[in-house]
Amino acid sequence: MRPEPVFEAPWHAQLFALTVHLNEAGHFAWPDWAERFGATLKRHGLGRELNGGDDYFMAWLDTLETLLTETGAAEAEALKDMRAAWEAAYLRTPHGAPVTLD
Amino acid sequence: MRGKCGLGLWTFVNVRAHDPPMPHDHSDHDHPHSLLPSDPALRVKALETILTQKGLIDPAALDEIIDTYENKIGPKNGAHVVARAWSDPDFKAALLDDADPVLAEMDYYGRQGEHMVVVENTDAVHNMVVCTLCSCYPWPLLGIPPGWYKSDAYRARAVREPRKVLAEFGVTLPEGQAVRVWDSTAEVRYLVLPQRPEGTEGLDEAALMALVTRDSMIGCGLAARP
Repeated sequence: MRPEPVFEAPWHAQLFALTVHLNEAGHFAWPDWAERFGATLKRHGLGRELNGGDDYFMAWLDTLETLLTETGAAEAEALKDMRAAWEAAYLRTPHGAPVTLD
Repeated sequence: MRGKCGLGLWTFVNVRAHDPPMPHDHSDHDHPHSLLPSDPALRVKALETILTQKGLIDPAALDEIIDTYENKIGPKNGAHVVARAWSDPDFKAALLDDADPVLAEMDYYGRQGEHMVVVENTDAVHNMVVCTLCSCYPWPLLGIPPGWYKSDAYRARAVREPRKVLAEFGVTLPEGQAVRVWDSTAEVRYLVLPQRPEGTEGLDEAALMALVTRDSMIGCGLAARP
């Protein structure tokens, strides 16, 4: 029997590691994180029942983006631009080649 | 992937469909460009890039954290603690009295500085763990929580109707055995010390470890019988 994967998707793992790393580097305290994350889960779960998979990490991502824009570590506009830059990079990179920003 | 629960309460979508694809994992080879990752995957990439450019994170440290949780930390750590508690009464007494120093000595200490509390199942009480706020979980002992632990269904129902939830996990408790549900927080995480199964008298620590399931340490299962 194959064991259950620890993370269902690579971006879940990246996001988890990013958050743990930022906490360990002292950017925020874990209880503060848990409180914010709990509030986001509650908000996201108002209209539907979250299943603990993708939707759980969507709430996690929303929480981290908001936290980092509030602390000034990452500006909302810069995040939007960088996301667009990565999207453009994927669209112009031939299939199978490594995707880079430049 | 699917949760263990038989009633289909927690249904997991196949999120792999949204992942950045490996070079040849789809049948359509007519794409002139790379397949576009999902929106959240792109947003995570953006966060990572910006924080790296600012020198706030070290990408190598992220890889190390992922490797740790994917390969080094998991329920076998908790099983080690449980098997030792079953084998060594002094260890068990110390663990139940104050788990932090005992676990620190075994190198199972929380990275977030949280306190660990071990709760023992007996004939009188069955313990069960939930996090109603989000998904606080004893990472150093059990690794990353399964999807069902993070689901709204479990988080809401474990407190409201624990016996029903247990029944869905295939656990039916004797009527005289009370159920106590522990709500984890960022500061305090719980590990259930399941009851040692009958017929395990002669087994050593390694053999006992194999009987300790992840779910039994969350309190949603019992230890396996040999």
